Amino acid sequence: MSKKGNTIFFKRPPRILSYAAVCGSKEKEGIIGSYADITLDDDMYGEDTYEKAECKMLSAAISLAVKKSGKREQDIDVLLSGDLLNQIISASFAARDYDFPFLGVYSACSTMSESILLGSALIGGGFADTAVCATGSHFASAERQYRYPLELGCTRPPQSQWTVTGAGGLVLGRADRGIKVVCATMGRVCDYGVTDVNNMGAAMAPAAADTIMRHFKDTDTEPADYDLILTGDLGALGSRIVKDLTWEKGYDISSNHVDCGEIIYKVIESEFQGGSGAGCSATVLNSYILTRMEAGLYKRVLFAATGALLSTVSSGQGESIPCISHAVRLEI
Amino acid sequence: MRTEILDILFTYLKAFAVGGGICLIAQIIINFTDLTAGKILVYFMLAGVVLTALGLYQPLVEFAGAGATVPISGFGYLLANGAMKGAEKGLFYAVTGSLTAASAGVTAAVVFAFIMALIFKSRTKRN
Amino acid sequence: MTGKTRENYNRNYLEYVKTQDPPTKHLKNCASAFGVGGLICCIGQFIRYSLSFAGLSGDELAGATSVILIFLGCLLTGLGVYDRIGRYAGAGSIVPITGFANSVTSPAIEFKTEGWIYGMAAKMFTVAGAIIVFGVFSGVLVGILYLFL
Repeated sequence: MSKKGNTIFFKRPPRILSYAAVCGSKEKEGIIGSYADITLDDDMYGEDTYEKAECKMLSAAISLAVKKSGKREQDIDVLLSGDLLNQIISASFAARDYDFPFLGVYSACSTMSESILLGSALIGGGFADTAVCATGSHFASAERQYRYPLELGCTRPPQSQWTVTGAGGLVLGRADRGIKVVCATMGRVCDYGVTDVNNMGAAMAPAAADTIMRHFKDTDTEPADYDLILTGDLGALGSRIVKDLTWEKGYDISSNHVDCGEIIYKVIESEFQGGSGAGCSATVLNSYILTRMEAGLYKRVLFAATGALLSTVSSGQGESIPCISHAVRLEI
Repeated sequence: MRTEILDILFTYLKAFAVGGGICLIAQIIINFTDLTAGKILVYFMLAGVVLTALGLYQPLVEFAGAGATVPISGFGYLLANGAMKGAEKGLFYAVTGSLTAASAGVTAAVVFAFIMALIFKSRTKRN
Repeated sequence: MTGKTRENYNRNYLEYVKTQDPPTKHLKNCASAFGVGGLICCIGQFIRYSLSFAGLSGDELAGATSVILIFLGCLLTGLGVYDRIGRYAGAGSIVPITGFANSVTSPAIEFKTEGWIYGMAAKMFTVAGAIIVFGVFSGVLVGILYLFL
């Protein structure tokens, strides 16, 4: 392992052994519907509360990823997981089902890239051989925690996003072939002062732009070196902003930038900007993107999920929204 | 007979125009600020209280009927009106008058909400 | 504290974000708010008429009308219809008394999962509690003012 700037390089890159995604009924109709392993017709997943449903989805994604990797439970060294709920209950409760150690991570919607970064660092440093990285979110539980009761008849501003119901997980380990995690850039917390909790795209775009540009600088690459620059859940509005912000600094990512939140649903920009939530990047990456990478359609992908590190308390006190983005470079 | 029907129609028209108008003002405020539903409800209720206390809401109620009483500002009207009527009877009624007048609404809200919570379950939605 | 406080906001960025915001559909929003709000008031007026035929009058009539409207608001919330009306109508369904009923019923149904006492009952007035608090307080103020005037 070596380090330059905020980017860590793995000498023997860990590989993605397997991946799995679970998605809800609304997501099923979109682009990931035919790629996800489990698609739910009932977003409750047979449970009686939203939180339990979210936990079950996450657990299903983890189990399936482990099963597909061919590893036994005792071969797994660590589970790195987190979610959006207070005290990351979905992840911790899902971890009850397993015999392997669990490290809870939280960086809101960028939990997927943070857990891949940490998992790769553990494997690259020789502290673990196999790590599971997973996260998920549920529309109803997020809505309940961050906004209003579902039945409250309030309007949705057009800049708002829709929390994805879904979970995704992948297993990192040592293998001879497969998708490599080559290097990863740790994010810095960026806060440009956006206070509108409905406008997450605008709040998170500076963090994404900052991390992506530092990654370019640290690795001496430029946007054209990547087949895909994948951000997490900026939405249509945030994607426009991140393109503007990077273009301003001399990096033109407009041709290969794709946002998970923008592609997961059919976006009608005058009504909503796309998907959000930890499950957004987790489901899109662990179904659509990785499948296409394995098929050789993308050779080199920069995955930079973004997260808004706010809580209802901080926004109630009028604080602005600090955001973060971690980037990992995946290569086939 | 003919005039009676016209009268009734006119009453509906007035209720529609005034009630819709109050909602329209609220919508314009929402459009230009980022006030949430809860804040709008409180401000409109307070506006109802103030306008009633100034004697401006009573004529509107007489003119528009349900058009002025159904919006949340009508709840404020009810509160203020109860307090003003109570004030004629003495200090005790001045203090309790407002909630006494609004008791029907609050009781109904609590009881019906309780019943609905017994019957219905929260459901997730897709759009 | 770090330097990233309110004074150090990136004002240029905030200005720029404002230009990127999707436009609010003023006309459509206002028209649907006006229409739905007016319609709910007309339903109220209809209930008033019907009840006055049944022999009610004065305070009793006004009270019974709002009770029925609140019942309708609660029922539609329970059936999961009111939030859909709300998305379309905006203030048109928030401001009428049925919106008040909606704001009481929705947390009651939603937080039932956390228990009947601390969930359903305690959270029932998370939104509407403010209306009762400010309503009672301002009502008392008005009453006392009128007492001394």
